[in-house]
Amino acid sequence: MSISVYVPGDAAALALGAEDVAAAIEQTAASHKLDVNIVRNGSRGLFWLEPLVEVVTEQGRIAYGPVTLTDVAGLFDANFTAGGKHPLRLGNIEALPYLARQHRVTMRRVGVIDPRSPDAYQAHGGGRGLDVARSMKPAEIVRMITESGLRGRGGAAFPTGIKWKTVLDTAAQQKYIVCNADEGDSGTFSDRMLMEGDPHCLIEGMAIAGLAVGADKGYIYVRSEYPHAFAALNDAINLAGDWLGDFHIEVRQAAGAYVCGEETALLESLEGKRGIVRSKPPLPAISGLFGQPTVINNVITFASVPDILAQGAAFYRDLGVGRSRGTLPFQLAGNIKFGGLIEVPFGITLRELLYDYGGGSRSGRPLRAVQVGGPLGAYLPESQFDTVLDYEAFAAVGAVLGHGGIVAFDDTVDMAKQARYAMKFCALESCGKCTPCRIGSTRGVEVIDRIRAGQKEQIPLLRDLCDTLTYGSMCAMGGMTPYPVLSALNHFPEDFQ
Amino acid sequence: MIATLHAIFVKHRQQAGALLPILHDIQHALGFVPDDAVPLIAKELNLSRAEVHGVITYYHHFRQTSPGKHVVRVCCAEACQANGGEALAEHAAARLQHGDTTLEPVYCLGLCAIGPAIQIDETQLHARVTAEKFDALIGALGGRK
Repeated sequence: MSISVYVPGDAAALALGAEDVAAAIEQTAASHKLDVNIVRNGSRGLFWLEPLVEVVTEQGRIAYGPVTLTDVAGLFDANFTAGGKHPLRLGNIEALPYLARQHRVTMRRVGVIDPRSPDAYQAHGGGRGLDVARSMKPAEIVRMITESGLRGRGGAAFPTGIKWKTVLDTAAQQKYIVCNADEGDSGTFSDRMLMEGDPHCLIEGMAIAGLAVGADKGYIYVRSEYPHAFAALNDAINLAGDWLGDFHIEVRQAAGAYVCGEETALLESLEGKRGIVRSKPPLPAISGLFGQPTVINNVITFASVPDILAQGAAFYRDLGVGRSRGTLPFQLAGNIKFGGLIEVPFGITLRELLYDYGGGSRSGRPLRAVQVGGPLGAYLPESQFDTVLDYEAFAAVGAVLGHGGIVAFDDTVDMAKQARYAMKFCALESCGKCTPCRIGSTRGVEVIDRIRAGQKEQIPLLRDLCDTLTYGSMCAMGGMTPYPVLSALNHFPEDFQ
Repeated sequence: MIATLHAIFVKHRQQAGALLPILHDIQHALGFVPDDAVPLIAKELNLSRAEVHGVITYYHHFRQTSPGKHVVRVCCAEACQANGGEALAEHAAARLQHGDTTLEPVYCLGLCAIGPAIQIDETQLHARVTAEKFDALIGALGGRK
């Protein structure tokens, strides 16, 4: 019988040399006359261990990592294909505390299965949600999503059921399901990992949304920086065959504009135009893609749907705290020792993530600031590390959870420089439709430059400008740029002296 | 070029809102979107040349001039900044000042826990890139031609 060896094909693993490792294992196995079947799974999200090689044994999947090209010969000498002892041996992957302590729901198949195998997907519980949905009336599906408490995982946290109900209740010949896979926030990679590691799950969630609102056409808008995810999705759709029934999905490549992560700019881009933000109302749910009612949700939102259908609304709603129900795949990034993907129910603290999972900084220096929620998210100082990770608790301290990306900085960070970068990024990525964002961001860079040059009297001017951006911008691009700027100024005033 | 464009147009004729997919295909085939292509795209999609030009120039991804033999993109976003991304970007700019490699900034490659990250020729990714590792990667490119 052939031995199954898993070598991730995830972009992060590839960036650390997984392709060469897979090729070397294949060659060495052949020269040892071993019947080895190499499976290119997604990543488990334990990035300091990538490339993480797993071997299927009677004791479960035994992991070795991080495996470099030069380790391969030694692994064969240690008989790793039978789970043999080796300095890189980590034991049963599922027993590693980093994974064992998580509660993976949405990401539970990522890194486990072969993403190019519909059979593996079904063997691990995939497809059941769509089966259930097919036996339900549209309004019943929508009610189930509402009862689950699922909120949009892209960052805005809008209740998904309410959005779907609006589309269901709007009569039209043609409706659309659009997946926002323009994961542009620095510090986030859960969408990418899911698309590469379990693409069928996203497709199933979109098909269920199609049944719920009466849409037969879906688009996935994937950022151009993610060519591997783009390929994985296309493969999955081709392999899905008639499983999706009458629901058709087209994968579209974005073109490097951050603001296209904003839903109306994304729709413009899908229509073949400049990704300029639209005024709301009308909401996309009423007049969205090509003027038709459109459900537009993030990757993780759609990927959460199949399990809610298969296991019931209560299963999901019973996880989490307050009004933040279910789980969120947090992404621990930046200057952190054990960076990776941590899916847990809402309710743990930032400190637990940073130290219990993350192990503190990679550099070994004290952590000074942590940006949560991407380039438009606030910087939190050490005194706020005990904030509970739920949407409302973060809003209460003037911060946002966003898409769950957490970027850690050590004490060498210059927060005035980070504030300047936030304004600079806004200037670079502003779509240009509204004045506060288009002009205000450039003026913001100039004002911060003057403050950094010693003109302290410019600080009130910066606050005033942030006020204009917050209340005068059309979308979150200009409206939320003040979050990183003002949090840096308020929590780290010494850097602006 | 005309034949290439024609084949791309035919492929996308049934697609709604096909401008971005067409531009992607053109850039993939030619390395950039030449000015000469603009009126042809406009005619094909029944748009004005200004509209097509507007879209090409709006998106960071599309190029109007031919790139170097290789394109190296260095991540300049926060998570990579936290791990010395800025110093790497400066090193890359100095290293690639002369020669036939195009250097572009990129804002996030989704490799945020293993930065700084770079991308070479759109598909090749490298993480935890130091100045030495960068030089080795660039050196290997030269050898490959």
